[in-house]
Amino acid sequence: MKAKFLVPLFLFLLLIGFLGFGLTLNPREVPSPLIDKPAPDFSLARLDQPEQRFGLEQMRGQVWLLNVWASWCVACRQEHPVLVKLARSGVVPIVGLNYKEVRGDGEIDARGMALETETAQAIERARDWLTRHGNPYQLSVMDIDGRVGIDFGVYGVPETFLIDQQGRIRYKQIGPVTAENLEQVLMPKIKELQRAG
Amino acid sequence: MIPELGHFALVLALVLALIQAVLPLVGASRNNQSMMAVARPAAQGQFVFVTFAFACLTWAFINSDFSVQLVAVNSNSDTPLMYKITGVWGNHEGSLLLWAMSLSLWTVAVTVFSRHVPQVFLARVLGVLGCISVGFIAFMLVTSNPFDRLLPGAAEGRDLNPLLQDPGMIIHPPLLYMGYVGFSVAFAFAISALLSGRMDAAWARWSRPWTIAAWVFLTAGIMVGSAWAYYELGWGGWWFWDPVENASFMPWLLGTALIHSLAVTEKRGAFRSWTVLLAIGAFSLSLLGTFLVRSGVITSVHAFATDPARGMFILALLVLVIGVSLLLYAWRAPRLTGGGSFGLVSRETTLLGNNVLLAVVSASVLLGTLYPLFLDALNLGKISVGPPYFQAVFVPLMTPVVVLMMFGPYLRWKSDKVGTVVRRLAPAGIASIAIGFGTAFALDHLTWRTVLGLCLAAWVVLASLQLLGGRLRERAGASMSSRLSAIPAAWWGMWTAHFGVGIFIIGVTLVGSIDANLDLRMKAGDQAEFAGYSFSFKGVERIAGPNYDASRATIDLSRDGKPVAVLEPEKRVYRAMGMPMTEAALDIGPFRDVYVSLGEQLPEGDWVVSLHRKPFISWIWAGCILMALGGILAAADRRYRRLAERSAPAGAAQHAV
Repeated sequence: MKAKFLVPLFLFLLLIGFLGFGLTLNPREVPSPLIDKPAPDFSLARLDQPEQRFGLEQMRGQVWLLNVWASWCVACRQEHPVLVKLARSGVVPIVGLNYKEVRGDGEIDARGMALETETAQAIERARDWLTRHGNPYQLSVMDIDGRVGIDFGVYGVPETFLIDQQGRIRYKQIGPVTAENLEQVLMPKIKELQRAG
Repeated sequence: MIPELGHFALVLALVLALIQAVLPLVGASRNNQSMMAVARPAAQGQFVFVTFAFACLTWAFINSDFSVQLVAVNSNSDTPLMYKITGVWGNHEGSLLLWAMSLSLWTVAVTVFSRHVPQVFLARVLGVLGCISVGFIAFMLVTSNPFDRLLPGAAEGRDLNPLLQDPGMIIHPPLLYMGYVGFSVAFAFAISALLSGRMDAAWARWSRPWTIAAWVFLTAGIMVGSAWAYYELGWGGWWFWDPVENASFMPWLLGTALIHSLAVTEKRGAFRSWTVLLAIGAFSLSLLGTFLVRSGVITSVHAFATDPARGMFILALLVLVIGVSLLLYAWRAPRLTGGGSFGLVSRETTLLGNNVLLAVVSASVLLGTLYPLFLDALNLGKISVGPPYFQAVFVPLMTPVVVLMMFGPYLRWKSDKVGTVVRRLAPAGIASIAIGFGTAFALDHLTWRTVLGLCLAAWVVLASLQLLGGRLRERAGASMSSRLSAIPAAWWGMWTAHFGVGIFIIGVTLVGSIDANLDLRMKAGDQAEFAGYSFSFKGVERIAGPNYDASRATIDLSRDGKPVAVLEPEKRVYRAMGMPMTEAALDIGPFRDVYVSLGEQLPEGDWVVSLHRKPFISWIWAGCILMALGGILAAADRRYRRLAERSAPAGAAQHAV
């Protein structure tokens, strides 16, 4: 048995090691240090009324969802109908965090862009997108440069945070919200928090 | 009762699969005729039972038996019959049953069409296929029984995911699975060859038509899936480098390398150990694809049912099947070195070059697909790898593949002179560069990607035409019809598939560079001009489908005052799940599709309408169809049948002894 013919086997076993370990992880769940901690405070311009700002304190006393989205995010389109339906049911308010609308889009080079231009573009793109696909959000705020995203530890879009009456993050979902995990995971948690409050 | 019969049939199929796995392999190593003879009836019996189980499940779906859990979750009494049937495989358990059924269908096909293969060899092939079958049927019975009851039964079913309620989804999974599973035949032949130590040209010749047939199914399956994404997901994209798509694309890439490598092994006896490795690899990636899609290890845009416990089982199966075969490879392959030698400039070199490149592309796609998992496992954070990575890797690696692809047929086996080939192909090369730049300039779209794509497409088309011309001139004097019939089907297959690649590249390049999109709000009576067409919005009516309610817009499409088509995009809400769906309307043409989808209704009563013009998108599908057609021609070559007939009496004689 020559060593070089064992190479494919070793590579395969290495791969299996990773896959096996991967099974113990949940790609949708995040070991976030923020769970059960107060959500990072922020003050950002609203998408519908950019002259007004929105911050955590305005949601105090309510259980709500913070959904990170962007028009360039393909997986957001997948979860969007689920969110629209959830919003219509009125069970829980959803606030949108529009994340790096312009500079996050791989097809746009926003490096030389003035912040005003970028903001104007972001507003237009985000509003267009919501008109096309429906608006599930009580309101959306614009995180143009992604700083609030960093505070929240956003890895990728979409992500959804469940925040309680005291402004603590109670759950975080990475990746699209599906009808299934809404029903099995999110809704029970929301109901539980609402009862507790 | 019928679901129980199905369950029982599945258990019997497992027993037969065990027999088919064990007895022939033992018989082959002891040269015991009667043990080997079990293989064929066991395989055929297994097919009967698996098909029976499948029929039982289909019966439960058609009759809306909501006391079967799978039916209750994936069907509804209002679902149209066609989609009730689609529901059978539109879920995890049912798709596994489809997997098992395709496997036993392929196995039976081997028992029928490979009678000329020596008995010992065939017994090993069927034994290996039996092992795989045991794995999958056991997987189903242990973790994912499609016949699980829901007692008491549900009054109404939850309905099939509306995304899957589409004609494309009726044939996509069966085609794809026939492709995935078809590589198990190539795999079984390779393992059988390793076991027997018989690694000659005959093995490659037996295995070739099977491999090509599987590749044809996979090509068609991927194409249908991509076309489905294009018109059903409602935003006009046709490929997203999504993990589920990659899972089907990786075996395709390696399978492509495999069919070319088999050609060299058959004709020249070279690359034997490499061919075996590719056969193991192509099937391993099919299994890995099943694992990725079914285990939930990777998040995906089309993540359907996923479950880690099932993941563990498939992983164990992967370790057994692939681990053991790679161990066998490491043990036996050192004997396979050698074979025909060849010079640096030869057809072998181009084929080897392309094989290596395709394997590298496949590995890069695998890396990109699993990278988020690797980082996560190493605790380096969670990321997602998007299309930019895949495009950055894919384009530079596939460019030389396409260039080399056209050199191959011009070169002789063993060795050739650089001068001759360059002299023959230089005009085509220069012309394609000119055409590429010229067309991009004419389109006013001088980006490097457009230019590169157009140059490559021109290169493939020109070099193919020149190749055909040269081939037809070979027998000067003979009549055209006799010249045409003198060309073997395998050559036509090669030519058609390669030509299809050129057509495909034209489609991809032009869709990527000059497509146009306009979103606007419209109300009844509005007219819009876009991309040379006028769209007049007649209004929206509410209609009730069998299991959905829809708003259907009517838009008259006209050009220069002449009506072209009436487009009726819909926005549907499927009742059982309350899930909204966009149903785009298309006017399909040879040089462009006009694609209209209906967005939300605005509070003022206007509708958001999204208009797309997709130039040359049909060429993408046409290219895939040509590739698949090429495969069919190649697999149908008389050579395989003639040899089969010739060796049949010998096999029969051996049988009589």
